Amino acid sequence: MKNKYLKTLTDGVVTENPLFRLVLGTCPALAVSSAVANGFWMGLMVIFVLTFSNMLISALRNFIPDKIRIPCYIVIIATFVTIVDLLMAAYMHEMHKTLGIFIPLIVVNCIILARAESFASKNSILHSAVDGIGMGLGFMAALMIVATFREVLGNGTFFNIRVLPAGFPVAKVMVEAPGAFITLGLVLGLINLITARSKTA
Amino acid sequence: MEENKLIVLSAPHFKSPLTTKKIMFTVILALIPAAAASVVFFGIKALLHILISVVAAVATEFVVQKLLKKKINITDGSAILTGLLMGMNLPAGAPLWIGAVGSIFAIAVVKEAFGGLGQNFMNPALAARAMLLAAWPSQMVSWVTPIDAIATATPLAIAKAGVPDTATLPLLWDMFIGFVGGSLGETSALALMIGGIYLIYKEIIDYRIPLSFLGTVFVLATIFGVDGINSGLFHLLGGGVMLGAIFMATDYVTSPSTAKGRWIYGIGCGLITILIRFWGGYPEGVSFAILLMNICAPLIENYTLPTKFGKVAKVK
Repeated sequence: MKNKYLKTLTDGVVTENPLFRLVLGTCPALAVSSAVANGFWMGLMVIFVLTFSNMLISALRNFIPDKIRIPCYIVIIATFVTIVDLLMAAYMHEMHKTLGIFIPLIVVNCIILARAESFASKNSILHSAVDGIGMGLGFMAALMIVATFREVLGNGTFFNIRVLPAGFPVAKVMVEAPGAFITLGLVLGLINLITARSKTA
Repeated sequence: MEENKLIVLSAPHFKSPLTTKKIMFTVILALIPAAAASVVFFGIKALLHILISVVAAVATEFVVQKLLKKKINITDGSAILTGLLMGMNLPAGAPLWIGAVGSIFAIAVVKEAFGGLGQNFMNPALAARAMLLAAWPSQMVSWVTPIDAIATATPLAIAKAGVPDTATLPLLWDMFIGFVGGSLGETSALALMIGGIYLIYKEIIDYRIPLSFLGTVFVLATIFGVDGINSGLFHLLGGGVMLGAIFMATDYVTSPSTAKGRWIYGIGCGLITILIRFWGGYPEGVSFAILLMNICAPLIENYTLPTKFGKVAKVK
């Protein structure tokens, strides 16, 4: 039994990583990965929302009528997103302002809806919670990997700590929108290359 | 391999003694006058920029092909050409490392990551130039005057700054010879035209793309130009339109292969160039115009495919 949960967890982080393997949630990933701190907090919020929405949807899976399941999922997800939105506004005001519209937009984040539809509606509460944590951690890790490249190359900092000398000619484009596409594309390509290699090897 | 399927236009075909290598080295030869002019005007710094870009491009090609366990074909000249164009697209005042970064990006990301020679969807040197411009905006506009290397603005930037005053604008003759500020390889229209005429004579490039590109720029600039100063000839000689129209827009991989398509492509390049120059945020729009039309090239080609021989017209 324990093995099953562990597999779900590693699936979420590695083999079925939502951003790198399932290519879900790319819109928030592109938008908030300009700094590692943004990626960290965004990831944390997604873990929270995903875990609790998965649990609640799993608990209600036998009561939600099939025909209106999507609106039901959205209502549940929106509830948890509102909770984190208000919590962030109250206790992490600066970060709340930085992430802005992308916090309420977690409601329509495809990862969360995809997990509700494909996992939570078919599995037990505990298993769904583990899936939520795994997928959330995977998303957070992916965001932080992309953000590390962008923040270091574009701003010379990592988690707001200066890592490159002050006069270093940083590439401004990396913290702007094109840098997000370039970095995500290259990281995705690299991961595909590595998985293709390890499969043939 | 699946992705290397041979795609050809409709018959008839004939075998040509031209190889990729021959084409690449002819284009490189045609670029020599412009490269030499840049060294004359901007001194040893120009030579260093060009050499560093070429070496970085070839080295990147070698390393990437080695890492991907592909056949090493750095001797086909395509990487040399990309590096050369990269170097010629830099301002003389830029730091020396910038050409190396550009060449690495051009070869590793734009060319090899998409499958190598013949698979890139954009001109590698131009895409790298656009990346450098976005990444290091201040370094990429460090224009200097020829010979004495004093910081200056390009003719287009001067014209963009407001209704131009005839005294500050460079003479058209200076712009023709190349005695103005600008990217290394773009200032001397004369040297570029020598190379262009040679390429058209050798049938390496099709006259349609440069002609329609330059023609559109000339006509539109004449129509929308201010007081005859910002004229058609000024926009033809200023900035990178000569370099772009002759050497960049004509890249085989990223331009349409149909005759009709090439007219459309060239006109599109000219149109976007003028749109950016007159109403855009940047003083110069050649590189973005070509990049945008590069992306449109497959679409243009698709709509301009010639009718197959023997096909009967649809009866209405």
